[in-house]
Amino acid sequence: MKSVTTTPSSKPRLTTSAMIASIASEGQRTKSAPFGHALVELARARPEVIGMTADLGKYTDLHIFGKEFPDRYYQMGMAEQLLFGAASGLAAEGFMPFATTYAVFASRRAYDFIHQTIAEENRNVKIVCALPGLTSGYGPSHQAAEDLALFRAMPNMMVIDPCDAHEIEQAVPAIAAHQGPVYMRLLRGQVPLVLDEYDYRFEPGKAKLVRDGRDVLVISSGILTMRALETAKALADDSIDVGVLHVPTIKPLDTETILREAGKSGRLVVVAENHTLIGGLGEAVAGLLMRSGVHPAFRQIGLPDEFLDAGALPTLHDRYGISAAAVATQIKGWL
Amino acid sequence: MDTKTLANAPDIAERAYRVRRNALRMGEVQGQGYIAQALDIADVLAVAYFHAMRYRPEDPSWEGRDRFLLSNGHYAIALYAALIEAGIVPEVELETYGFDESRLPMSGMAAYTPGMEMSGGSLGLGLGIAVGRALGLKRKGSDARVYTLFSDGELDEGSVWEAIMSASHFKLDNMIAIVDVNNQQADGPSTQVMAFEPLVEKLEAFGWFVQRIDGNDLDAVVAAFDAAKHHTKPQPRMIVADTLMGKGVPFLEEREKNHFIRVEAHEWQLALKALDAGRSA
Repeated sequence: MKSVTTTPSSKPRLTTSAMIASIASEGQRTKSAPFGHALVELARARPEVIGMTADLGKYTDLHIFGKEFPDRYYQMGMAEQLLFGAASGLAAEGFMPFATTYAVFASRRAYDFIHQTIAEENRNVKIVCALPGLTSGYGPSHQAAEDLALFRAMPNMMVIDPCDAHEIEQAVPAIAAHQGPVYMRLLRGQVPLVLDEYDYRFEPGKAKLVRDGRDVLVISSGILTMRALETAKALADDSIDVGVLHVPTIKPLDTETILREAGKSGRLVVVAENHTLIGGLGEAVAGLLMRSGVHPAFRQIGLPDEFLDAGALPTLHDRYGISAAAVATQIKGWL
Repeated sequence: MDTKTLANAPDIAERAYRVRRNALRMGEVQGQGYIAQALDIADVLAVAYFHAMRYRPEDPSWEGRDRFLLSNGHYAIALYAALIEAGIVPEVELETYGFDESRLPMSGMAAYTPGMEMSGGSLGLGLGIAVGRALGLKRKGSDARVYTLFSDGELDEGSVWEAIMSASHFKLDNMIAIVDVNNQQADGPSTQVMAFEPLVEKLEAFGWFVQRIDGNDLDAVVAAFDAAKHHTKPQPRMIVADTLMGKGVPFLEEREKNHFIRVEAHEWQLALKALDAGRSA
């Protein structure tokens, strides 16, 4: 049993362990439903694009596509095994399904169906999943802490972990241009807008140095790039110069850029990800560095190997070390 | 291919015999294989490939073809036997069955074999894929059909029922599924492993047009495929085919029923002889 805190607080308590919570911090610039709108735009140009979901259209922003193209939108019911099997069948007939659900259901419930009917048959299905990593306070049922590890381990599968609305908009046509299966993590609803300030452009398979720094190199993906950029600004006040290498494509890994940046001497390398420390970007980078004989001081930031608590996301991100403040504290402690 | 228009085309009974023969020859090559299943389903495959389906042997991915999905991938030996008889796979490849680098691996996989539309092996996948295929064909305005063969053991898989429910929801009248009820799965008789009867009533309640036949009675199989094709209501069609494992080789028909029956090295030739004897009888 968890110990219960009943002490009233003077601050308004963040009490929500709701399934759906915005990851945007207060006052942050956001964009609404970037995936849904980008898919509508893509579908106007590419008639083979179809949308499919397992009773989570509204919660993956796919309903925007469904409203625009009702005859290209397939509601498969709350049946993820069917969703991905049927997506494979439609892809075999020449269509390009964008199939959406929550990351937990794609990675855990439907794994064999994706493995066999999509990855093994190398079908052109784009799997786009909301609530990746720790982006729900609802508890382990909806926290996909291990999705990257599972899909990384699947041959043929490209794996994308975008940072913000700007990147999601660019990633939609980019993954459509890639022939073959893709797993993309999705941020939905009001999605933070960050990378447009950095003159950033998404390219599949490419890591991008979003910010250079002399003392620390954070190699990150997804929302941890956003956190790393906040951290870099904060630590600049302490005269700590933090660079951020954003790696949105977890597989195939941009080994050349990672080795080049991690190989620059004198920097602490920190890999930060919204994912369990097991089997994600951190271990992918560690393995690459070891195999390549590049041995910087190396640390990992990510979720612990445990079933995570229910609670408000800011509380949980602090607790598990992936809030901007927690990232800054860890980095300072390692210097 | 419309075999009825070929004046000298072998009749379906002859096709079924040759499918069985091809399967036995492959079994002999490897000394093993799901031969009892191949023998039980040969009549259904003969009717599918030499009566019901439209395809071009020289162009297995011809857009206008009827799709045949083998959900029970361990029946690959049976489908290869039919694909060889249909001229989609050259007969000489029969000798390569199950060997390294062969296009005919023990379990059916899409990337290996011409005419193999999906990767099986993991059971319960085929009908879900078929739903997508059928939806896709309708999107394209194609009048091609999707045939799916699966086994009674697969009825234990929840994914099969997800697909069965959705095929009816989407009114997939271009979908014809055949379930091989040989009442044998890995751990024993299917009805004992997990009771699935009354199957016809269940499938009808799910909105399917259902026929239950003796899957080794060629006339009944032909009639069932015809009725499935010509049924006019907008619903998917299911043929429940009760079959006899080892059909056509009496000593295998009588062998103690098992999911993977043992055939001794010397018995393959005996089985071929027994099959041939049944043909001339």
